[in-house]
Amino acid sequence: MKLRLLVNGEPREADIWEGESLLYVLRERMGLFGSKNACEQGECGSCSVYLGGTLVCACLVLAGQAGGSEVVTVEGLSEQGRMHPVQEAFLEAGAVQCGFCTPGLIMATHDLLARNPGPTEAEVREALAGNLCRCTGYEKILAAVQTAAERTGT
Amino acid sequence: MTQAPIRERAVTPDGIGESVGRPDGVPKVKGEFEYSSDLHVDGMLWGATLRSPHPHASIHSIDTSETGTMTGVFAVLTHEDVPGRKVYGMEIPDQPVLAWEKVRYQGEAVALVAADHPETARRALEKIRVDYEVLDPVTDAEAAMAEDAPRLHLSGNVLRRVDVGHGDPGATAEVVVEGEYEVGMQDQAFLGPESGLAIPHGEGGVDLYISTQWLHVDQDQVAESLGLPPEMVRLTLSGVGGAFGGREDLSMQIHACMLALHTSRPVKMVYGREESFYGHVHRHPAKMRYEHGATRDGQLVYVRANLLFDGGAYASSSNAVCLNAATFACGPYDVPNAQIESHMLYTNNPPCGAMRGFGAVQVCFAHEAQMDKLAEKLGMDSVEIRMKNAIEPGMKFPFGQEVPYPAPVREILERVRAMPLPQERESMGRDLRELPGGVSNTTHGEGVRRGVGYAVGFKNIGFSAGFDDYSTARVSLSVEDGKPVARVLTAAAEVGQGLVMVQAQIARTELGVENVVVETADTRIGSAGSTSASRQTYVTGAAVKEACEKVRERVFDLAREEFGESDGLAIEDGNVVSDGLVVAPLAEVLGDAEISETVEFHHRATHPLDENGQGDAHLQFAFAAHRAVVEVDTELGLARVVEVATAQDVGKIINPLALEGQIEGGIAQGLGLALMEEIQIDDGRIQNASFTDYLIPTILDMPPVKIEILELADPEAPYGLKGVGEPPTIASTPAIVAALRDATDRDLARIPVRPEHIVGLEVKP
Amino acid sequence: MEFLQPADLREVLETKAAHPEAVPIFGGTDVMVDLNFDRERPGAVLDLTRVPEIREWSRKDRRLRVGAGVTYTRAITELGGLLPGLAMASRTVGSPQIRNRGTIGGNLGSASPAGDALPPLYASDAGIEVASVRGVRMVPVEEFITGPRTNALRPDELITAFMIPEARGPQQYAKIGPRNAMVIAVCSLGLALHPESRAVGACIGSAGPTPIRPHEAEGFIEGVIEEHGLWESRSEIPASALERFGALVAEAAKPIDDVRGTASYRRHAVGVLARRTLTWAWDEYRRDAG
Repeated sequence: MKLRLLVNGEPREADIWEGESLLYVLRERMGLFGSKNACEQGECGSCSVYLGGTLVCACLVLAGQAGGSEVVTVEGLSEQGRMHPVQEAFLEAGAVQCGFCTPGLIMATHDLLARNPGPTEAEVREALAGNLCRCTGYEKILAAVQTAAERTGT
Repeated sequence: MTQAPIRERAVTPDGIGESVGRPDGVPKVKGEFEYSSDLHVDGMLWGATLRSPHPHASIHSIDTSETGTMTGVFAVLTHEDVPGRKVYGMEIPDQPVLAWEKVRYQGEAVALVAADHPETARRALEKIRVDYEVLDPVTDAEAAMAEDAPRLHLSGNVLRRVDVGHGDPGATAEVVVEGEYEVGMQDQAFLGPESGLAIPHGEGGVDLYISTQWLHVDQDQVAESLGLPPEMVRLTLSGVGGAFGGREDLSMQIHACMLALHTSRPVKMVYGREESFYGHVHRHPAKMRYEHGATRDGQLVYVRANLLFDGGAYASSSNAVCLNAATFACGPYDVPNAQIESHMLYTNNPPCGAMRGFGAVQVCFAHEAQMDKLAEKLGMDSVEIRMKNAIEPGMKFPFGQEVPYPAPVREILERVRAMPLPQERESMGRDLRELPGGVSNTTHGEGVRRGVGYAVGFKNIGFSAGFDDYSTARVSLSVEDGKPVARVLTAAAEVGQGLVMVQAQIARTELGVENVVVETADTRIGSAGSTSASRQTYVTGAAVKEACEKVRERVFDLAREEFGESDGLAIEDGNVVSDGLVVAPLAEVLGDAEISETVEFHHRATHPLDENGQGDAHLQFAFAAHRAVVEVDTELGLARVVEVATAQDVGKIINPLALEGQIEGGIAQGLGLALMEEIQIDDGRIQNASFTDYLIPTILDMPPVKIEILELADPEAPYGLKGVGEPPTIASTPAIVAALRDATDRDLARIPVRPEHIVGLEVKP
Repeated sequence: MEFLQPADLREVLETKAAHPEAVPIFGGTDVMVDLNFDRERPGAVLDLTRVPEIREWSRKDRRLRVGAGVTYTRAITELGGLLPGLAMASRTVGSPQIRNRGTIGGNLGSASPAGDALPPLYASDAGIEVASVRGVRMVPVEEFITGPRTNALRPDELITAFMIPEARGPQQYAKIGPRNAMVIAVCSLGLALHPESRAVGACIGSAGPTPIRPHEAEGFIEGVIEEHGLWESRSEIPASALERFGALVAEAAKPIDDVRGTASYRRHAVGVLARRTLTWAWDEYRRDAG
């Protein structure tokens, strides 16, 4: 089937097999490899994207369900090559090791701060509980989110 | 803090000792970093693997006739298509590339297909008919030892046995404690699944882009099984999504290359999460019987231990794990008499091999539980008894090696004990997220008790027991766009830990240049050894450092040629200086020259253990102590770790932020093993091959970590450094379990501790 | 595989009638796992996300009609005051990403005994609205879920909504998992006080083939409350009665051993949860007096 999406502001289309997930289409059909495939069942958050402005696991969206919708991936967060403050904060805090969880965590942090610009530590932990990281032990991620909140908040 | 003075010099910005950013950091946060699963070339095919549904079976036939005719299917391969050696393995080549005659574990690879879409490949696998005769599986190590057990390999079921005998085997003591301990099978659970892209290079060979821990050991094994000389199989490291030991063995490397060579097309293979659980080795499950004897004042007299490891169906690195466990079985204590038996058995369970901590993790859980038991029996403080028995430099380990300096066991215990405990807070009415059970709303404070536990552990850094452990580095220095640029090439695998950054820091420090490019690791250069055993900063770091030193000497030669003899030459801030005075800018000294030096650094030789388990087996030892504070809902058996404090000797801090990252991340994996992580196996079959049921800690499970670092320089090591990756994973687990015992007064002799253990319910065996 | 994407209720029912084998999908949290893990290859998938009628909820005469496509996130943010038990249960589901997509209708459709939304529905006697081109029927939730992963849907039917009274008393939901977030229930308990009807609703999750109403325990505690006039006095429930309530709930469970927990632990834990949730709900009821 033919699928049309608005991805990071650009209209895209692809011929797909109906059983493909939005994640597969973004990665393999559209060459947007920033969203990662780590668990295929919504447990790890590595494929987090915005679908119609809502944070979702792209692996759990059947591609056709997204037809005609707006999708924003981690590649869409930087503007004119300039990193988003959340991305900068992750770098500075040492929140990146292997980095496989990083795009998903950055999307989830972006979403959290949009909903709650000044989250408490407990709120950060609850909001990011669906993003597994195997390298960092999360301490530096918490620090990154706090830094990002300070910079993006009012 | 002491550090062996290397030479006087000015501090180079972004050199060693600083929290330098990662060169791969920007692409990683932007989603542009290319992991092996992101590789893509036009016209590539997708490879897929047919795996055995049975843990033990004879294969009578494999019929691929239906698959071969399917549209979109380009290859169907079985063991008959393996061009070279039909088995592989790092230590013992005993694992079939593709099974024939027999399968020995559930998930063993039997056949391969390449197709134009992953779905086509999956449907093609369904059409392969394998005629299995199901056999009774050998499902635990004890069963494998039985005389009438089926022989799983021609060599028998005993994969390795290491005995360590030290002192008087008949020693007796005034106070004796015994215990039996069990460790479940932990998974590395790296987030980036096994994946790679094989591209035929047109001259009969193949280029493989791969996430791995050790390019050259992969290259050797792949070439052997393809029947090609190694130089025809070129490997390039692709982005690695975590490793933790799980990428030391081959997964899809040979398979992807076979498919690529057979189809003359690029072939990509990517495991899904479920397949990943079958696609790599796991941490060895262990059953350990211990007896400790001590004097009435708490001095250890003897340790007797019987260690039984389930190696699973194939050898992987079980040999070395068995040896490690035997040598670390007594803990970092002065034990005058020790009798250790370490057994490694073949079974029909999934193969086990390397995982962070490598044999030290299992025994540390047991010996630390024993130390607590002894302290309790003697009415001693649990830290006091450890300090009283702590080893010191100059003493002998039970395996006969002299304890080298530094070995600050007492100091790190003192440090963790001295750190202030987190304030005890009223549990009733707290935010749910700060209670056991979290947002699942299981307690509002009812039944919650706090516990505190301590543990200390140690491990070898680098490869041991006579292995010629080395790394190769090439460092080049030239002028690019008017600026001096150093280029570093090694085959060392960056797996997330930050080695690319460390290599650049070393080059900056040694060459005094700002611009350092760490090139993509590949097999154009000699082996760097494995990214494991916490060894890369030491071994590859040393190779890079020595190559830089040689380059530097050649810069000085050039300077002397051009500017005459001068004393006290150094490179600082982009200038060649003599006794602190600028001779000339480095760029001017270099001119058009490219100075390149390649160094192979071999660390001091180690030696195999003799028949009594004695020998200078290890290169370096690293120590870490942990204190855990937990809160337990004693009625429901749910726990929340409140804080972990740790003290670790690292010799020399190379990058503070990265060091903390290793410590915090290692503790998270230790926490996982203590509380939740286990591959559950029933009759040889994995029951929880998914992230829904193989649970790793979330951000709500991980507590704050307090860290104290000691920098006691190892006089043999570059900059005095010690490997840091593994120690955080070793004693954190027993510290957490000790804290659980403190809160609950239960034995908790098995990890991961499950809620039913904490509440004391009968647990099925 | 055919992908069907009707735009409204009439069309979706007609499509389902024409393709009874089509697997409905909304948030994908179950269906997509089956697809991604190659466990299922349905001939057709029926996307419900474009059907406005099933995404809505409405309130009339202190009863709610909640569309099957209301997500857990919306159950928390929009229905938290009206259905606090369901909101608490929704908060324990997965992560924000999952709650943004997963729906209560999906829990009913999957009919897993571990579905977190189910105990609150049972504890308040929800009815499930089921529709087809043949018409609409209402099935009590206890009859709707017929076994592990089976429900009373006929091949041409879809779950369109559930009907539930808005809370008139305190509600609780508690769930056991081996980590502090992102867990499938080892076991769980939903509890609702219904002071107007002088009833206590409880439901055990994930400790039996379906969610289980512990009727004997409910009757027992209702009797104790009546006997002591506690609905009026709002005095404490005697500790011995709370214990007995927990024990009766534990007895009502029909747990099994599996990879997530043992039967004996589940039985033990639902008893503890029953006692605790009743205590919390009753404490709230007592506080609300002032």
